[in-house]
Amino acid sequence: MGRTNPVAAVKDAALAALVAFGLFAMMVGLRTEIGPEGALVLRQRWGDVAILCGLVFLGRLLLTLWLGRRRVAASTKPGRWTARLQQAGRLFAPAMLAVALTLPVLSGGDRYILDLGILVLTYVMLGWGLNIVVGLAGLLDLGYVAFYGIGAYSYALLATEFGLSFWLCLPLAGILAAFWGVLLGFPVLRLRGDYLAIVTLAFGEIIRVVLLNWVSLTGGPNGIAGIPRPSFFGLPFSAAGGEGSFAGFFGLEPSPSHRVIFLYYLILGLALLTNWVTIRLRRQPLGRAWEALREDEIACRALGINVTVTKLSAFAIGAMFGGFAGAFFATRQAFVSPESFTFIESAIILAIVVLGGLGSQVGVAVAALVMIGGFEVFRDLGDYRMLVFGGAMVVIMVLRPRGLVGTRTPSIALGEKRAISGELVGEGHG
Amino acid sequence: MTASDDRSGAGRGGLNRPHQATAPLLEVDGLSAAYGAVQALTDVSLQVMPGEIVTLIGANGAGKSTLLMTLCGEPKPRAGRVVLAGEDITGAPTHAIMRRGVAQSPEGRRVFPRMTVRENLLMGAEALTRGDPTPQLERVFVLFPRLKERLAQRGGTLSGGEQQMLAIGRALMSRPRLLLLDEPSLGLAPLVVKQIFEAIRALNAETGLTVLLVEQNAFQALRLAHRGYVLVNGRITMAGTGQELLARPEIRAAYLGGH
Repeated sequence: MGRTNPVAAVKDAALAALVAFGLFAMMVGLRTEIGPEGALVLRQRWGDVAILCGLVFLGRLLLTLWLGRRRVAASTKPGRWTARLQQAGRLFAPAMLAVALTLPVLSGGDRYILDLGILVLTYVMLGWGLNIVVGLAGLLDLGYVAFYGIGAYSYALLATEFGLSFWLCLPLAGILAAFWGVLLGFPVLRLRGDYLAIVTLAFGEIIRVVLLNWVSLTGGPNGIAGIPRPSFFGLPFSAAGGEGSFAGFFGLEPSPSHRVIFLYYLILGLALLTNWVTIRLRRQPLGRAWEALREDEIACRALGINVTVTKLSAFAIGAMFGGFAGAFFATRQAFVSPESFTFIESAIILAIVVLGGLGSQVGVAVAALVMIGGFEVFRDLGDYRMLVFGGAMVVIMVLRPRGLVGTRTPSIALGEKRAISGELVGEGHG
Repeated sequence: MTASDDRSGAGRGGLNRPHQATAPLLEVDGLSAAYGAVQALTDVSLQVMPGEIVTLIGANGAGKSTLLMTLCGEPKPRAGRVVLAGEDITGAPTHAIMRRGVAQSPEGRRVFPRMTVRENLLMGAEALTRGDPTPQLERVFVLFPRLKERLAQRGGTLSGGEQQMLAIGRALMSRPRLLLLDEPSLGLAPLVVKQIFEAIRALNAETGLTVLLVEQNAFQALRLAHRGYVLVNGRITMAGTGQELLARPEIRAAYLGGH
């Protein structure tokens, strides 16, 4: 790539500013307000539009000039960023795990930090679950939240209607979600990419709408309340303490933080289970078939891989972990309603997987931390939070178009493992 | 899973030498296939004897690739039969057909771009064989030494010729009885085409592997093949040995550009 022509860059930036003007003229420039007599008046804010368009112009200009200066050299060596990330990655993943394991101690039992940790870990787990479907098998699933919801409602209903314990319901929720995963898988076996995305999107909405309207079973918009909290293998976390409670059994002072810490370790364990299963499966024939499927479905068929089984198993196993996470969600909240399972949840989980780098376990964990944790950290910014959030996503995609960790370590290697830089590979096609 | 999973035994080695066995390895009888309302193949019949290289030539859109794909189970034939080594495989799912000893190097090569050469090759053995794939890997390296040099490189970074070698090598990893090659010369330089065809010839001569080769490059294909079929608008219009077909004036005019 040579130097960018400055005139062309200015032209390009002007075009971007024009597009921005088209958008901002309506969205920012004109505003209806209630006037002094109660009638609507149109307030014009052309100054703000000019500032925004100027920012877009400058941003685009700098971006073009800066990207134009970067040289892309063909090499099989990992890129500068990649090499650095890899180096850091070797220490980073264990360090992150250590922090995660000791967080209840590090935070000094701070309720807010633990709650945030639980939230982040839930999304890490969901990200890892979806990573099986999207990252490994290459099946673009926009309705993943449906399985999360199925898991949550499975636990909620089984626990409130039949009084089954959490530890019994957890596998049941996983199995039910996996069953629905297969059910979704069958009609979409022949679909790929955008078409698959649309059908899965619809599936997610169907599940939510059913939950919303099947009032006799799910309570409709009122949801299900009074879901039993998890017990420590039969020992309840009661505030009163005493015989037969967690605090009483271990001779501790009863404290509400016991339950939070337990929930924290529960979701950490579930997330690590997801990770472990994924890493194991990647080295098994099934995992390799998933990756081959992502790369090229027709070649897969030519090699005698049963594409039907491969796809359905990806949907089922991905859905199962979504179901586990859902059951956890239900027991943590003690309340579920369809509102928790809207499309935006699917979008966030997918964003975590894509930003993290399709197929990368560490990348997904970092992306979940950044997206969910970062979203909380910037709470003080109020309305500007979404702007920061969107901007951060754009920046990541410009700098790391294949995600934070856009490398793929071969699952079979001779001697030393060499990671494959994402920069040298074309962009993925759903 | 049946005994047909075991691919190490019968049908390979000495038994496969040309003209020794009398039963065809592959027999296609009155095969018709269509994409929706568009008839792609009409009443196609052909035979491939064990140890033969048979080529199928024809112009763009004649139905060559469709025929190969129909043999592999997709699209499903509308009429006719496909018999592999005496076993009727008409309408069987693709993976079941592949499990009976068929391997394919698909059109456009279709190597896995993000996987290493080694991973690509091992994927070829993955679903279809059990046991250690290393001996077969070594055999592929003898045929295509270039692949051994590129072992840790990603499929997507190979040159076109190397990708074709990889696609053929990957197909060979399952130790097939019948190798289907879909336009291996597509988009390759003449010198590379020569190399690839030489490898196919060596493979057939040394191991007696049966090959069904679909080609647009009629001249090279007919010189390589023992026998050939000419496909026009989904029908077989001519058949004969490679030399016979090469000598025919209408073939020379239609496919060889008056060589």
